[in-house]
Amino acid sequence: MVQKAGLLIEEPIRTAKLNAEFKFEIAKVPGGETINHCFQCGKCTASCPIRRFDKRYNPRVIIRATLLGMKDVVLSSPIIWMCATCYSCSERCPQGVRFTDIMRVIRNMAVAEGKVNPFYKKTAEAIIQFGRTFDSPDFINEMRCDLGLPPVTSLDRQEIAKIIGELKVNRSKESLNK
Amino acid sequence: MKYVFFQGCTTPQKENAYELSMRKVAAKLGIELVTLEEQNCCGFFVEPVDHLSATIMAARDLALFDASGLNAVTPCPACYGQLTRVRNELLADKKLFDEVNSALKTVDRKFVGTSEIKHFMTVLIDEVGMEKIKASVVKPLSNLKVAPFYGCHILKPSYEVNTDNPEDPQLLDSLIALTGAKLVDYGEKKLCCGQSVGGVDEELSLNLSKTKLKSIKKAGADVMVTVCPACHMQFDLVAGAKLRDLAIPVLHYTQLLGLAQGLSPSELGLGENRVSTDAILEMIGMV
Repeated sequence: MVQKAGLLIEEPIRTAKLNAEFKFEIAKVPGGETINHCFQCGKCTASCPIRRFDKRYNPRVIIRATLLGMKDVVLSSPIIWMCATCYSCSERCPQGVRFTDIMRVIRNMAVAEGKVNPFYKKTAEAIIQFGRTFDSPDFINEMRCDLGLPPVTSLDRQEIAKIIGELKVNRSKESLNK
Repeated sequence: MKYVFFQGCTTPQKENAYELSMRKVAAKLGIELVTLEEQNCCGFFVEPVDHLSATIMAARDLALFDASGLNAVTPCPACYGQLTRVRNELLADKKLFDEVNSALKTVDRKFVGTSEIKHFMTVLIDEVGMEKIKASVVKPLSNLKVAPFYGCHILKPSYEVNTDNPEDPQLLDSLIALTGAKLVDYGEKKLCCGQSVGGVDEELSLNLSKTKLKSIKKAGADVMVTVCPACHMQFDLVAGAKLRDLAIPVLHYTQLLGLAQGLSPSELGLGENRVSTDAILEMIGMV
């Protein structure tokens, strides 16, 4: 096993261990459609501010590994949680590959397999529970009152859990009917 | 001009002076901000974990805007980008539109797509107009050298938000010029602030901020000006504490404009800024 651009890769690469469906799975999800347009020029990597300060992170290599079908390698790597979502890569790609959106699809797939960065997990869980990034607005409202600002708006947090649940149940029913 | 005010999470939690100054400046320019109850997080921070949950959260906010019959305005570029993107997606994908609405129906809400979300800067440029803003300036800040900082999400992805050219943005530069302040160009103008990776790798996040601050210092700016609560937090709160030697005053654009409109530092919440703004107030003769 060798570390290449933050990915743990077994060399030589054996085709039998690759998952050719991976790129098509990504392309099927909204946001992932452009993955197959990549021709490996590396403009994404050259434009990436994270890459600039941490040489382990390399969008081009993540795309290459994805196109080769290294599903487990990509989804298990902590490197996929380093994207800053700045969209520089997507803006500059000569092939119109929207890598920032693809990264979101890849992260969602990793989460579905139970592989998630603890910071992102904690943040998203809190938001879904509270309906926003903070729980009780009392402390915030005290600060706001001192500045002459109105309190933060009311929110029925039960409603958030309900609509998220409904959407997911409807989706899974539909996929069962397929 | 009447909009519902979409607060987002970061602004009330960490950057109340942004909202305060935005409200004061809006009042000066005849923009009425209507309170909208029941708003939730736009879903931006949920996207990396679950796109579907993030989409329905954004759709619920968009449904609130539709029900109000007004467009919404937010101080936060991340909310602006997320709500714009989800609205585009729902209007382009009938199947998703139906799925989302069938879930929203269980809580008596409906996404139609009649209302739009705008960022406060786009309202200033597109709705208020340069002439009117310029006419509101009573105290030109001609002594001040300002480094504009756009951040990422007010400009990108341009295929969703389409605000300005991300490779050579002029929007904030032209808004700053209206206050009479001098614009300072600097090499790292387009570099991301690093805030969004702070939770995963703090050192990396600070390396981005450090590089940016060094470039701004080298260019000789007195103050940097932001249009994003998260960027402001990164440079004022985080860098202000952890990169003390490099930190410089950071104003929200609305604070800068408010000063030029003759509003007092306390009306604009300047006391809330963590990096002291005393030096710049002295330069413009307000101490």
